[in-house]
Amino acid sequence: MSDVKPRVRVPKTASAGETITIKTLISHRMESGQRKDSDGNPIPRQIINRFTCDFNGENVIDVKMEPAISTNPYFEFQAVVPAAGEFVFTWYDDNGEVYTETKSIAIG
Amino acid sequence: MTFTRRDTLVMGLGATVAAMLPLRATASTEDAIAAFTGGASVGTGGITLTAPEIAENGNTVPISVSAPGATAIMVLAAGNPNPDVGTFNFGPLAGSHEASTRIRLAGTQDVIAVAKLADGSFVQTSAEIKVTIGGCGG
Amino acid sequence: MKKPIAGLALAAALALPSVAVADEDAKLIINGEIELVTETEPAAHLDGALRSVRSGWTFRTTETQALQMDDFDNPGMIFVDQALDSFETVDGAAGKSCASCHEDPAEFEGLRAQLPKYNEEAGEVWTMEMYVNNCRTERMEAEAWGWKSQPMLNMNALISLQSRGMPVNVAIDGPAQSVWEQGKEMYYTRYGQLELSCANCHEDNYDNYIRADHLSQGQTNGFPVYRLKQANLITQHNRFRGCIRDTRAHTFAEGSPEFVALELYVASRGNGLSVEAPSVRN
Repeated sequence: MSDVKPRVRVPKTASAGETITIKTLISHRMESGQRKDSDGNPIPRQIINRFTCDFNGENVIDVKMEPAISTNPYFEFQAVVPAAGEFVFTWYDDNGEVYTETKSIAIG
Repeated sequence: MTFTRRDTLVMGLGATVAAMLPLRATASTEDAIAAFTGGASVGTGGITLTAPEIAENGNTVPISVSAPGATAIMVLAAGNPNPDVGTFNFGPLAGSHEASTRIRLAGTQDVIAVAKLADGSFVQTSAEIKVTIGGCGG
Repeated sequence: MKKPIAGLALAAALALPSVAVADEDAKLIINGEIELVTETEPAAHLDGALRSVRSGWTFRTTETQALQMDDFDNPGMIFVDQALDSFETVDGAAGKSCASCHEDPAEFEGLRAQLPKYNEEAGEVWTMEMYVNNCRTERMEAEAWGWKSQPMLNMNALISLQSRGMPVNVAIDGPAQSVWEQGKEMYYTRYGQLELSCANCHEDNYDNYIRADHLSQGQTNGFPVYRLKQANLITQHNRFRGCIRDTRAHTFAEGSPEFVALELYVASRGNGLSVEAPSVRN
């Protein structure tokens, strides 16, 4: 889907060992598979089925997503930042596409 | 299979009652919990589900779950056609064992959260969310 | 109000069974910075029809209100991001993008607050959609976007955002006056099998409920709106269509002269409210 666009909010800096709040939003229809088109034919399911956040290769959160997650999926969660490094956010689409976003954080 | 008159009356009454009540847990909700817990008993306490009493629209209902020390929290919407909503698995760098998202609810129903704690035990909580059906489908 | 104690919940349930309760005194401050005017004195041309002019935001539940108070939480901002991409995208025979003529979307600060407005050259009242499509067909030599197509909705949100926080101030005099009069007549005309005018719900009964729906004044300062029901941006004309259809009437088309006139009149009822686009509603 060409219109899929991730947005991520991560503070630019943190002190070592600090717990920070992260918010993520991605534009995606999250077609549930429960709907029908105007001709009455079922619209096939196409959702993002998994979201992960890792920091310097270690996992923060790994979410298994079902069709009951709203259109334009939103997550808010917390991470510990042991050192400077990079967050990697990954969304997995039913159609095999993978969307990623990265954010660096400095210690200061 | 044949139905007696009494069976039919009882079933009819059941249908009437069902139509008046909010959407309730179905067998698939029980199955989903059993699959998550491996059939272990589920306690209460130590888990919080924050959700609005009343949602203005069932398409986008904000919820938060929190269970200190949990390794995973599963969320179910008992009255949806498919009760599965999602499972949050917390990694070593999780800053807390809580998360927020926005979910779809087909109508007024119970939302259930089940947490797997670090010692392998399970706790659960639930909240009824009323979904309003507006006059202006617009 | 997330989870009130049982006693409070019971009291609320007794007073207002199954209806969502709005916090009418809440203040709309976005990103902790921009404070918006969500209630103001009615303009003189309202002739006392409203005691005070209130944004639709004031009628929504705490949870819906919160979605608009932080740009990250506002799903409408996703579409603003998408519009930023299309602003830079060359389209059409002239080989131009929006950015070829307009360096920065910030150039459009103030435009949304005045729309719709009389366009001298065209000799008619124009909405945002008409301005955007004029650029596309005349300057870019590209195809016009559909009134409710996604790129049009997105671009409308991006350009409108540049005026967020500025007071709605549409002109209703001079060459716009006859169109404004037409819109006013529509506002008070009963449509459909239910014989309902705009005023029956949004002037006579705002703050009351239609079933579980909390009726607002039908102000348009938040459009394009991210509507939870559609999980997308919607246009003013889309909402007009929905309302007129709900009266069980044949409705006008998006982009029709009738809806342009109604858009001008309804906008003028909200003069003084802050532009909120893209707002969030249920």
